[in-house]
Amino acid sequence: MAAAKEIRTQIGSIKNTQKITSAMEMVAASKMRKAQDLMKASQPYAKQIRNVVSHIADANPEYKHDYMVEREVKRVGYIVVSTDRGLCGGLNVNLFKAVIQDAKVWREQGAEIDFCALGSKAGSFFRSYGGNLVAAKSGLGEKPEVKDLIGSVKVMLEAYDEGRLDRLCVVSNEFVNTMTQKPVVRQLLPLSPDIGNGHNAEQSRPGSWDYLYEPDPKVLLDSLLTRFIESQVYQAVVENAACEQAARMIAMKNATDNAGGLIDDLEMVYNKARQAAITQEISEIVGGAAAV
Amino acid sequence: MANSFKCEIVSAEAAVFSGRVEQIIAAGVMGDLGVLPGHAPLLTELQPGPVRVIHDGGDEENFYISGGFLEVQPDVVTILGDTAVRADDLDEAAAEEARQHALKAFNEQSAELDYSRAASELAEAVAQLRTIQQLRKKLGRG
Repeated sequence: MAAAKEIRTQIGSIKNTQKITSAMEMVAASKMRKAQDLMKASQPYAKQIRNVVSHIADANPEYKHDYMVEREVKRVGYIVVSTDRGLCGGLNVNLFKAVIQDAKVWREQGAEIDFCALGSKAGSFFRSYGGNLVAAKSGLGEKPEVKDLIGSVKVMLEAYDEGRLDRLCVVSNEFVNTMTQKPVVRQLLPLSPDIGNGHNAEQSRPGSWDYLYEPDPKVLLDSLLTRFIESQVYQAVVENAACEQAARMIAMKNATDNAGGLIDDLEMVYNKARQAAITQEISEIVGGAAAV
Repeated sequence: MANSFKCEIVSAEAAVFSGRVEQIIAAGVMGDLGVLPGHAPLLTELQPGPVRVIHDGGDEENFYISGGFLEVQPDVVTILGDTAVRADDLDEAAAEEARQHALKAFNEQSAELDYSRAASELAEAVAQLRTIQQLRKKLGRG
């Protein structure tokens, strides 16, 4: 019965693991709802400011802001939004793959790459991957706030202002639905007119008009565009948080199901071993009785 | 219909208002400004203060904005507020308390006091009170 006892302890330990994973699944499901609410709440602002900025990019202003001018790309910055914790399936790995693929294209054109890591997973990944990490921020929690992000975003914007970066992208997971999260690389700077992909072609009338500015274009665009970048990065972080919970829920659901399958298999083996032991015992008794 | 345009008011936390309006009166950094249909494209920063919206049909509604941006396009006006609330939801007592608090901080000017922050807090509280008073005046009239 030694083998049977071993199998029984194994079943016990798998059952414990199953309890943990199913608890985590339920926690993730409730957190996902909150994260989704947060994501939906800030979506209108992000969408409207994107529309406004796409109008600005369409216009033909007398004052060209640095953020609107295409430069020769010598250095590309990526703001990579990842999670703080693991156990969320392939969410982060898929994201990092997307970054590296995109970065490779630029590298082949002779550009250098800088990374800004939001979330501790990105931080540790780029430390081991060997990218040039210029800023990192982790511990954003489940309710990320704009003010937590300002610092790291500012590092990248300053680099852009000083000409050390010629292109800035944000990489994060897009929440398609609970089952699907898609890593996307979005270009933030320089601004391109198709940035507000929600607005249709008839609205866009490039080239021929300009705004009236109050007080003056430089001050106004400076603060508006900084606000725009912050809101886009914030939106990416909030969306990624919703993705994290969804991915964790699915991963934990799979783990719970797999543990169930494993327990079924082991129970079968256990019953077989028990049956074999009983059969053996009976045949020994019968054999013994016949001998007497 | 011809004499109205679309207006979108959003804050960092939510979409506050969306609909067709006849006129918008907001507090720009260089003074109050009114927007009627057919206004030239305009981009301006807003001060903390009330935004008055006159609906298609003449009804009036007040919002409070704690700073932000206003964009005028031929067919749509967008207001990006840092925080935007319907003026009816403003709490006068809370605003008055915030004003007193800011004033006190302002007058004490102790070493740790962040002068610019206190000033912006004060401006915000005063703007909230201004919105409430405007609303009250309107209600008293009507």
